[in-house]
Amino acid sequence: MKRFIGFIKKEFYHIFRDRRSLFILFGMPIAQIMLFGFAITNEINNVDIAILDHSKDATTEEIINKISASKYFSIHQFMDREADVETIFKKGKVKAVLNFEKDFSKKLIRDHKATIQIITDATDPNTANTISNYVNAILIQYQKDWNKDITIAYQIIPRTRMVYNPELKSVYMFVPGVMTIILMLVSAMMTSISITKEKELGTMEILLVSPIKPIQVIVGKVFPYIFLSVINAIVIVVLSIFIFKMPVQGSLFLLAMESILFIISALALGILISTISATQQTAMMISLMGLMLPVILLSGFIFPISSMPLPLQMISNIIPAKWFIIIIKGIMLKGVGLQYLWKETLILVGMTIFFIALSVKKYKIRLE
Amino acid sequence: MSISVRHISKSYKNVKALEDISFEVKEGELFGLIGPDGAGKTTLFRILTTLLIANEGTATVAGFDVVADYKKIRNSVGYMPGKFSLYQDLTVEENLNFFATIFGTTIEQNYDLIKEIYVQIEPFKTRRAGKLSGGMKQKLALCCALIHKPKVLFLDEPTTGVDPVSRKEFWEMLKRLQQKGITILVSTPYMDEAALCDRIALIQDGKILQMDTPQAIVKHYPKQIYNVRANNTYQLINSLKAYEYNHSVYPFGEFVHYTDRRADFNPKDLMLFLESKNLSNVEIKKTEATIEDTFMELAK
Amino acid sequence: MNNNNVIEAQNLTKMFGDFTAVSAISFEVKKGEIFGFLGANGAGKTTAMKMLIGISKPTAGKASVAGFDVYKQAEDIKKNIGYMSQKFALYDDLTVKENIMFFGGIYGVSRKRIKEKTAILIEELGLEEVANQLVGALPLGWKQKLSFSVSLIHDPKIVFLDEPTGGVDPITRRQFWEMIYKAANQGTTVFVTTHYMDEAEYCDRVSIMVNGKIEALDTPKKLKQQFNVTNMNDVFLKLARG
Repeated sequence: MKRFIGFIKKEFYHIFRDRRSLFILFGMPIAQIMLFGFAITNEINNVDIAILDHSKDATTEEIINKISASKYFSIHQFMDREADVETIFKKGKVKAVLNFEKDFSKKLIRDHKATIQIITDATDPNTANTISNYVNAILIQYQKDWNKDITIAYQIIPRTRMVYNPELKSVYMFVPGVMTIILMLVSAMMTSISITKEKELGTMEILLVSPIKPIQVIVGKVFPYIFLSVINAIVIVVLSIFIFKMPVQGSLFLLAMESILFIISALALGILISTISATQQTAMMISLMGLMLPVILLSGFIFPISSMPLPLQMISNIIPAKWFIIIIKGIMLKGVGLQYLWKETLILVGMTIFFIALSVKKYKIRLE
Repeated sequence: MSISVRHISKSYKNVKALEDISFEVKEGELFGLIGPDGAGKTTLFRILTTLLIANEGTATVAGFDVVADYKKIRNSVGYMPGKFSLYQDLTVEENLNFFATIFGTTIEQNYDLIKEIYVQIEPFKTRRAGKLSGGMKQKLALCCALIHKPKVLFLDEPTTGVDPVSRKEFWEMLKRLQQKGITILVSTPYMDEAALCDRIALIQDGKILQMDTPQAIVKHYPKQIYNVRANNTYQLINSLKAYEYNHSVYPFGEFVHYTDRRADFNPKDLMLFLESKNLSNVEIKKTEATIEDTFMELAK
Repeated sequence: MNNNNVIEAQNLTKMFGDFTAVSAISFEVKKGEIFGFLGANGAGKTTAMKMLIGISKPTAGKASVAGFDVYKQAEDIKKNIGYMSQKFALYDDLTVKENIMFFGGIYGVSRKRIKEKTAILIEELGLEEVANQLVGALPLGWKQKLSFSVSLIHDPKIVFLDEPTGGVDPITRRQFWEMIYKAANQGTTVFVTTHYMDEAEYCDRVSIMVNGKIEALDTPKKLKQQFNVTNMNDVFLKLARG
């Protein structure tokens, strides 16, 4: 035990003396949260749109007023002919055209149903998607107001995504993703680098030719990073609560436990990487390419998994981050508990055990 | 026997690093493995320190088998790898403390063993190891390897890249450690360090060329060596190589070492030959063979 | 400047902040001479050499190399010298031929001349069979000999060798020195830095640096006489211990 404590002490010396890494370690989560929260955002402001109104009646005018009154859109021009839509998009200024069908009011009253076609410039699919969501939101709001005065219910189709994020704040969507990335980065990359560093320096040789047990070396290497990762997770949650006023709906205790579970699985991956790489550089490349990219691209953090081709959807299943994102989104945004998340948790536990077993098996007690 | 190596062979992919190596080191002996880079010295050290497994052969260290009893060996040997292998971002004292702790001991318990060496680096004990000079680093590394009172000490090229003063001090330290009953296996590419060992093995391309005491090895050099010197070394070498009776011609510092094939060699003949080649100030003198001469003769 | 001197240094000094790495060193090296530049690690050898090869500006003093001033004509110096170091020599992932072509190219040797040189060099070193193999697969001794030849590919006036023969076997080491003698015999000046004292015995003249100053400068023979010892290692020990 004394050996083990001595080892951990040494690890903390390494960590605290490497000022640059330490700065990255704690600066990164803050910078990332700020970036995603403020700069990289899906929110839209004063997007130019065009109106093609075939009805020109009271209802369409009212809707157009609502839209132009919102801070999200400004009406660039009114059009008369369907054929102009293409030319107007080609000019590039207008990002969306709202096409009201003929006799809009009449149909709405008579059939309880009228159609607006939202044509968006999908060269930027994210913006297009957001625009259409925002227009929908305004329409729904309008329908709600309309329904107050009239006894007959009109058709309202709420969109599930907006239920949990009614203000469409993108930072709420990003916090779980950022947290996942950072925990993955700190845990997997930092441990794999710190183990390969010993190999590169040659100190691993001395450690091997000493009575300290391999398991003590591994746990000693990993322990400080559990500690640092937990601090990072706390920083991220605190930042999102206090700066972005993000409500955490579910249990903080559950969130903490699930985070530790994910951290351990990432650490096991880090050890695994260190067993196959000889230099710090290789360890870093493998961590970045092999872990970070899948986490960013395939975990559903940025690109929805449901819209991926089937093979990618299948691959996404073996990425621990995917399950962790589902879990923390569930806890933070929906406020659900373990009764809904046990399946994902179990998958994550299984993966963690697998990675630990594999890395213990792969860990070499000799040099080759 | 403190170290016993029997028919050890080791290959990496297609390269044979060691070929049928056998030797024994007695308790308290200072044994040197002398050979250039790539001779297989480090591989042999790694096999004996349980870091690698040989393809063939067996070996014991302090009575334990290097494969079966590897844990016991790891408890009872000290190892200083070729590259400086301490934590550069830890201070002298922290490094020493760390290694004491992982060996389950303390600096105080074994202070008498490292005292002589440690006092030399003690003034710098709060300095980071990465900021020490080459000689200091080497002393610290030796302290760390000694901190648990090992029975056998493995030193892989401890003096490579170290200045002559530190080298001399280092060998003096080894002699004193040897007197305390520690068996030492040391490797070096410097032939002049061979004379400081009790016994040496000359090793090249994974094979032991010869093994004996340094004195016996030079004594068994088969020929009389002559120191030859002239006004132009390059032309001298070419002329000697062109001399039909030459056995070997090697530049050796300010001289050229020459041996002749004939038993009844008369230096005067050579003198005449060299002068006929327009060399002046020619000097030919008998000289003693060195370990390096033996090495070249055997490796030829 | 004396026509026979290819390197001249007068009170050459380099300071890093308050620290004087090289303290007013003065020496000359003659054409075709093998000059040993000795000293322990950290004595200032590398700093002094960097000033001579034009990659570090001196703080004070004068120096010229191959007739060019180290302050103003650093680029001319680089064209007229060859450089070989143990740390960086050749690219392991290029073949023998590719390495020769590459280094010939960066020194501005004409294509035709590179072709000729490559053929001569490969023949001289006996590398015919491995000419198209990666350098990484060659034994250390071969690499060093090849590396030395490559540093001479543009027929430089001076070649700087930084710790050239560490760790090679004794026979290869002799072959290496024979190549150095040959180059010197053809008029190339050879400037060797080393901390291996036995290497010093091969040089025509040696200087020994201690703490940034040149403490001794003469032929190995005279230095040994002066300190009344039998080898250069002992000369160094006496100097360093005062």
